[in-house]
Amino acid sequence: MKKVSFAHMGYSYLGFKQLVEDMGFEAIVPANPSPATLDLGVQYAPEFACIPFKTVLGTYLEVLNRGAEMIITSGGVGPCRAGLYGLLHEKILRNLGYNFELFIFDPPLTGLGPFFWKLRRVLKEARLSWLAFIDVVRRAWAKLKLLDELEQMATVTRPYEIKRGATTRAFNQCLEIIDRARSSKEIAAAREECRQLLQSVPRDEERRPLRIGIVGEIYVLLEPFMNLDIEKTLGEMGVITKRSIYLTNYTTTDVLAHGTEDIRQIAHPYLNQFVGGHGQSSVGETILYARNGFDGVIQLAPFTCIPEIVAKSILPRVSRDFNIPVLSLTIDEQTGRAGVETRLEAFVDLLRQRREQMEARSNAALLPGY
Amino acid sequence: MQPCYLGIDVGSVSTNVVVISATGEILSSLYLRTHGQPIQAIKEGLRQTMAALPGDVEIAGAGTTGSGRTLAGAIIGADIIKNEITAHAVASRQEVPDVQTILEIGGQDSKIIILRQGVVTDFAMNTVCAAGTGSFLDQQAARLGIPIEHFGDLALKSRNPVRIAGRCTVFAESDMIHKQQMGHNTEDIIGGLCEALVRNYLNNVAKGKEILPPIVFQGGVAANAGIRAAFAKALGQEIIVPRHFAVMGALGAALLARDYVAKHPGTRFKGFEVSEEDYQARSFICQGCSNLCEIVNIEADGQLIARWGSRCGKWDTLGE
Repeated sequence: MKKVSFAHMGYSYLGFKQLVEDMGFEAIVPANPSPATLDLGVQYAPEFACIPFKTVLGTYLEVLNRGAEMIITSGGVGPCRAGLYGLLHEKILRNLGYNFELFIFDPPLTGLGPFFWKLRRVLKEARLSWLAFIDVVRRAWAKLKLLDELEQMATVTRPYEIKRGATTRAFNQCLEIIDRARSSKEIAAAREECRQLLQSVPRDEERRPLRIGIVGEIYVLLEPFMNLDIEKTLGEMGVITKRSIYLTNYTTTDVLAHGTEDIRQIAHPYLNQFVGGHGQSSVGETILYARNGFDGVIQLAPFTCIPEIVAKSILPRVSRDFNIPVLSLTIDEQTGRAGVETRLEAFVDLLRQRREQMEARSNAALLPGY
Repeated sequence: MQPCYLGIDVGSVSTNVVVISATGEILSSLYLRTHGQPIQAIKEGLRQTMAALPGDVEIAGAGTTGSGRTLAGAIIGADIIKNEITAHAVASRQEVPDVQTILEIGGQDSKIIILRQGVVTDFAMNTVCAAGTGSFLDQQAARLGIPIEHFGDLALKSRNPVRIAGRCTVFAESDMIHKQQMGHNTEDIIGGLCEALVRNYLNNVAKGKEILPPIVFQGGVAANAGIRAAFAKALGQEIIVPRHFAVMGALGAALLARDYVAKHPGTRFKGFEVSEEDYQARSFICQGCSNLCEIVNIEADGQLIARWGSRCGKWDTLGE
């Protein structure tokens, strides 16, 4: 059986693991990125490549050392250099003497032909019919959707938890349950079981958590190792977070279609062109969070990420115009946990004070559970 | 017995200890170098503070801040552990009640805090570069062979400050060397360096923020007359340096502790005797899953007093 692997991004590995295994390959599941993964990536990556590049390179090296023969990954489009990362990864790895197959799937809309031919080659290798493949994808997709749903559920539960860490523990249990579920029926049952598990976390409904929207580059947003567990950290400080990107909604809106038009239109007065990556979305989503009454927005950007730098320089104006505090965090292999925690804590303090002040001014109590 | 409040700010470069009275008056203040050994610095700070305090003082509350706040909090038994931004804002508000802008330059961190009507409405910290901080000045002063205490006065003597690229420490240093080779005198180079540092701060940290008076400048670097003058020149405003500019973080922590204890009576402070104990930090890599977290154990005389580092929460509870 061919040993197939893929990049690690948040909890999506559970979905991809199933996809690869159901296609009849042996899955080499990449481990959670660790400082060792990053060190490995940093060692062979160009210095000013962004941190997603370095981490993914480190992950590839780890899976290749574990015997992976084929890596399936996604490409990218637009001015952001991430579009060329797959090719660069391949060059670096080949120079290091690794022998493997790499399939980079660019979004189908950028070229249906190449997408189709590549897929055909993979399926041929898997000896899988198109019909069977559709079924495999459908189930993997259901799993990915479930993961996204539970991640969101965990972020709205965490600020209410009475025992610190209880939600995270329940969520980790959910991951194991999801991993075992294979058929559509099992996945549906796992959904029920996991939802119950998270619902049964003892809650203090009296609390009124803050709401913070998180925008920025997809990899640092989805991979907890990269963003120093920002959602857990904030959750335990009593904050409900909402990410603008979850893998499945991103795939439907941006990979299989030309993006959610409205986000671009909302961003238009401040940034009227596509600058690659998620730059324009970061601006648009910040405005949307402000309109929806969020208390603040945090932008996560990898160091040297051009689209996010463009957004970062525009966000102070958005912040002023829409009266919503924005905190920008730049993530790099040099990023220290103490620094990030200080900024997050201070930001939450600021938002609390701000809310108290606004409440005192309007002298009207907000509904509990706000 | 007079109830007093203890505040400790453990930063990367300095460790400050302050004791205040119930009215916020500073009874004792201490500025020590951390020298990369926060535990030693905390112990030394407590020892010296205890020696300096009058006998009728009783610590009714304790707070910690700074990047070593969690460690300090575990050692002394703090009632409140707060980030530097909040601590600085609280301290500044006490010294200059109508303050609207706080400029803060410390050893490794520089920050700007914006207040309106006494409430923090915005802040920023240096993110990717520490060019505009005290350590950089220290280093350049050492390189030029000038004691850091004379640095600011020399800068004030400059008639013609040279323009130095202040984007990043590496560029600033090589540009500075270049200007030296071109024959500029030391005063003008130092004057230029102060302006570069302020320019860097205003362009990269204070970016896009509305800087309204009264402006308070605090942190160790506020002692530097050259930087103060460069700020006044660049902003065209009066720059207020509070009396206790170097220990504002610790003052803030003490004030926060006082307010906290007022609402939650009974302090957790373990007493000054903790400075006599022997502390050790041990770490190990948890092999429980592929996250491979580094778990740190803090032990006092062989007793585990604090533990942190795990991402899943497995080690969060003591005694497991």
